[in-house]
Amino acid sequence: MPRFATVLFLAGFAFLLFTLTLTLGFGEPPMRAGQGVLDQAVAGTGAANAVSAVLLGFRGLDTLGELSILFAAATAGGLVLGHRRPAPDAAAAGAILQAGTRLLFPLMLVVGFYIILHGHLTPGGGFQGGVILAAAFFLPVLAGIGAGPDHALLRVVEGLAGTAFILIGLAALWGGSVFLEPLLVRPADLHALFSAGTLPLLYLAVGLKVGAELAGLLASMARPGGGEA
Amino acid sequence: MDAYIGVVLFLGAAGLIAIGVVGMLLSNHLFRMVLALVIAEAGANLMLVLAGYRWDAVAPILQPGVAAQPMVDPIPQALVLTAIVIGVGVQALALTMVIRIRETYGTLDMAEVRARMEADLAAAAGVAATGSRERPAGGRPLPGPDSLPGPAVLPETPR
Repeated sequence: MPRFATVLFLAGFAFLLFTLTLTLGFGEPPMRAGQGVLDQAVAGTGAANAVSAVLLGFRGLDTLGELSILFAAATAGGLVLGHRRPAPDAAAAGAILQAGTRLLFPLMLVVGFYIILHGHLTPGGGFQGGVILAAAFFLPVLAGIGAGPDHALLRVVEGLAGTAFILIGLAALWGGSVFLEPLLVRPADLHALFSAGTLPLLYLAVGLKVGAELAGLLASMARPGGGEA
Repeated sequence: MDAYIGVVLFLGAAGLIAIGVVGMLLSNHLFRMVLALVIAEAGANLMLVLAGYRWDAVAPILQPGVAAQPMVDPIPQALVLTAIVIGVGVQALALTMVIRIRETYGTLDMAEVRARMEADLAAAAGVAATGSRERPAGGRPLPGPDSLPGPAVLPETPR
């Protein structure tokens, strides 16, 4: 009866999880760090979006680690899949998908860059915009238009973006502050595009890196079989 | 009324985690196991976001021309953003492995893949395949009306 035992265990596990969360009390967060972050976010980072302030201003080193995890996953994915030749007999995409791709591609580029660059003012940021950029470059692969993104170019963009992120962090270090501390912050100009100093630049690096990695990974996953197997 | 909303939301998050773990443990299909992992991740992320909720607060983004209001805790939201991105990386890596397994063995059934993988490993190492419950090692004839010599080819036992 392993199945019955599994279900029984999981029912108990879910019950435990549920009762534990109920003791937290809903709507009254027990954490106090959040209020401190909210009090200091504008003065410290110049960002109107407190989530972006946390992500890049207060724990930028974590974001660097996150980027390296994503890089490791994308590299390992490319390694596992190996070099795959596109199948010659892939069926052509429908007219609607092809026309929709041509229509959506520039729109998705603009929206992706808008979301990346306004990440410190509005909901959004480098990760969200980067995923939209990756989807924009993946659509032509799905529709069978063109040869897909150029892997060498993607690697260059990804490397440059990662280097830029670290260089901005080192610039802060050189200026006498701690690694990845936001520079050139102008809290007086809150809600302006240049209010947050280096934060939008960091987000641009994050967005380009995420977009290039995901686009490369999706493109290599989309190529149908025909590897050496 | 308000208390019930909290209960329902926490129940939903815990339920998503439980559904995902059940799917991972009980499924025999590799792709479905990846999907179950995604569901469990969604539950965990929902629970984190719920932990930072406040009744009287707005999203933690300052709006131009709006007076300062209480805001929900931004730290769990940033954590969830990180968790989603790392989840995407894990899912992509898992899917690439699923694709390779499908290309190599032509199936995604876990029992079949495991049996063929063990046979391949044993063949590559040049040793006899490890025994299983149905086919014990040692080559002893199994008791039965038609005891065949050597590692008998057993009829498929119904599962």
